[in-house]
Amino acid sequence: MQQTSTPSRFGSLYGRIRARFQDVPISAWLVGMLAAVLVEALIGRDLAYMLGLGNLPSFFGLSLIFKKWTLIPSIVVFIVVVYVLPALGAVYLVRWAMHRWRGARSVAWVQRIPTRGYIIFNLAFVYVVLHFWAASSDYRLLVLRLLGVNIILTLSLNLVNGWMGEFSVSVAGFMAVGAYVSSVLMVWGFVNDDVFGPAVFPEAWAPYAFPLALIVAGAVTAFTALAVAIPSFRTRGDYLAIITLAYLFIVKSSIENIDFLGGARGFMNQPKVADSLLVVFLWTVLAVWVMHNYVTSTLGKATSAVRDNEPAAEMMTVNTRKVKMVAFLTHAFWSGVAGGLYAHIVGYINPGSFGLVKSAEILGMLYLGGLNSVTGSVLGTVLFTLLSEILRPLKLVKWMVIPVILIVVMIKRPRGLLGFQEIRLPFLERRARAEEEVSHAPAGD
Amino acid sequence: MPLLEIKDLTHFFGGLRAVHKFHTRIEPGEIRGLIGPNGAGKTTVFNLTTGVYKPTQGQILFDGQDITGKPPHEIGRLGISRTYQNLRLWGNLTALDNVKIAFYGRIRYGLLGAFFGLRGRSEEERRIDREARELMALLGIEQYADMVVSGLPYGIQRKVEMARALATRPKLLLLDEPTAGMTPAEMEETMEFVLYIRKTFNLTIWLIEHKMRFVMGLCRWIQVLNFGEIIAEGTPEEVQNNPEVIRAYLGTAVT
Repeated sequence: MQQTSTPSRFGSLYGRIRARFQDVPISAWLVGMLAAVLVEALIGRDLAYMLGLGNLPSFFGLSLIFKKWTLIPSIVVFIVVVYVLPALGAVYLVRWAMHRWRGARSVAWVQRIPTRGYIIFNLAFVYVVLHFWAASSDYRLLVLRLLGVNIILTLSLNLVNGWMGEFSVSVAGFMAVGAYVSSVLMVWGFVNDDVFGPAVFPEAWAPYAFPLALIVAGAVTAFTALAVAIPSFRTRGDYLAIITLAYLFIVKSSIENIDFLGGARGFMNQPKVADSLLVVFLWTVLAVWVMHNYVTSTLGKATSAVRDNEPAAEMMTVNTRKVKMVAFLTHAFWSGVAGGLYAHIVGYINPGSFGLVKSAEILGMLYLGGLNSVTGSVLGTVLFTLLSEILRPLKLVKWMVIPVILIVVMIKRPRGLLGFQEIRLPFLERRARAEEEVSHAPAGD
Repeated sequence: MPLLEIKDLTHFFGGLRAVHKFHTRIEPGEIRGLIGPNGAGKTTVFNLTTGVYKPTQGQILFDGQDITGKPPHEIGRLGISRTYQNLRLWGNLTALDNVKIAFYGRIRYGLLGAFFGLRGRSEEERRIDREARELMALLGIEQYADMVVSGLPYGIQRKVEMARALATRPKLLLLDEPTAGMTPAEMEETMEFVLYIRKTFNLTIWLIEHKMRFVMGLCRWIQVLNFGEIIAEGTPEEVQNNPEVIRAYLGTAVT
């Protein structure tokens, strides 16, 4: 829903739409999305039935196109009535209200909220929209939670493959370590298990211990990543790709051969601590915020200097070895945390789910969204996930269609959709700038 | 006390002797020249001084401190900075970011500040931003601050590289062929520019250059290197008329 800063080669229609909606604040879009979601909750089910779409479609009915193409008119009607009209109506209403009461006390008060508070307010709003959207089906809830995990994975991988300019393929390996460490901790602590014995702590504590378990899982993952980092950062080039590939296979076959982890059969009984959307949402926001902070700081930007010219970075007082370590270990840490979340979302893990295919999937999301871009990583993950869900009825053919789409994107935009650029939010930037000028309070950009 | 003193510096690349018994003493405020034909080992001397290579033998003293074998980022922090013969900018970043990253050694917040954006960080970032822009203004390139550096004209890129080198607050600045690829008019301008930054930033400058007019105009003392050895040194006039130097540059007459 956000306006991107893509060049105007999408023609005048895009330009006109962009111009028309440029001054609409994010909150208005969120009100629009909320309206759409609420309308869906109210009449979606009945309307879908009347239009012959069966049950309430999970992803805007788009995947039904592949089941029965004659449904296309019904799908269009459904999308327009349930999503487009309520959303646009709400946006126009908010805009009208902003004009009508311009300068009124309450509006002025909203505009004086500091940027940081404004961002938190909007994030809360996003959560509310997602919450209502996911309320109608467990399938949506599962997809959303896995989406959060994938966002963390993609962004953390971007640190190494994008900002640092190396090539790592061990995401799935890091995930596996994080998943198993956190699962073992939680099962040992809170579940009566055959292998790990009776629960050590009362089960009610589990949700509070979960963040701790995730952090420990991330830390352990980062520690194992040292085994990759120490030898491979003496040089540059393809070494990291090869060593991370080795890491991936070593982790996978180690787990397959450790008996008390269940070997190839897998590991289950994780306590249900990641069943709510809120837990995953908060972790995703935290991860994005922390990594965004890092790459926008001068300390973090030095990572790009190492990528573009390492000897020059070293001469300009950058401790290049340290910079590379920090980027790689941050990647490992957050991948471990994401793995821990994943394990508790699906409630069952086995070594097979952390193979090269998983790494390739995350790489696909990364390169679709674009290197060196926080918003690109989020966008890439969302689009990839949506695409993957919408094309699900195609079954095996899906894995021929998605790569073709990726190739087309790579030809049209070789750096990915948002490579080396960010989605800009003019409204937020203006606000931050105004704040900067008024006082020297810290701006949360 | 000299700012930079190099004694008995020898370096081998495998079996190849790149530098042999090089020595120098550069006084504070001086502009020193290092000349010699292609492949004479001039850039290797710079690389040894800045820690890119660890010398096989010899000692390098900077500001009274032994810096032999220290890594470049430490030497950079002690006050030596440089520009490169072929530009080595960080091409994907903006000109401003190129300058800002060179503040790395003096950033006053740690990793926690960077990750969690604590209060000290935004103040420090503002300071770095202000100082970097001021520095760019002093070199007359402030209007290019927010442009990606690889898209800038060559001359501007040279100045960005200079601004970046100055952002580490050096006492000694090494310039590796600062007029490479320039027209005579641009060269004149660069001569004045070098004098300007020396005065503004209170620098000592050591430069490698091929263009005699440039070296003659700036340096009072020149060392000539050939096959890694000093073959002559002295004032520009002395060096220019030295038969060894002429032979090194032009070769010997076939008899």
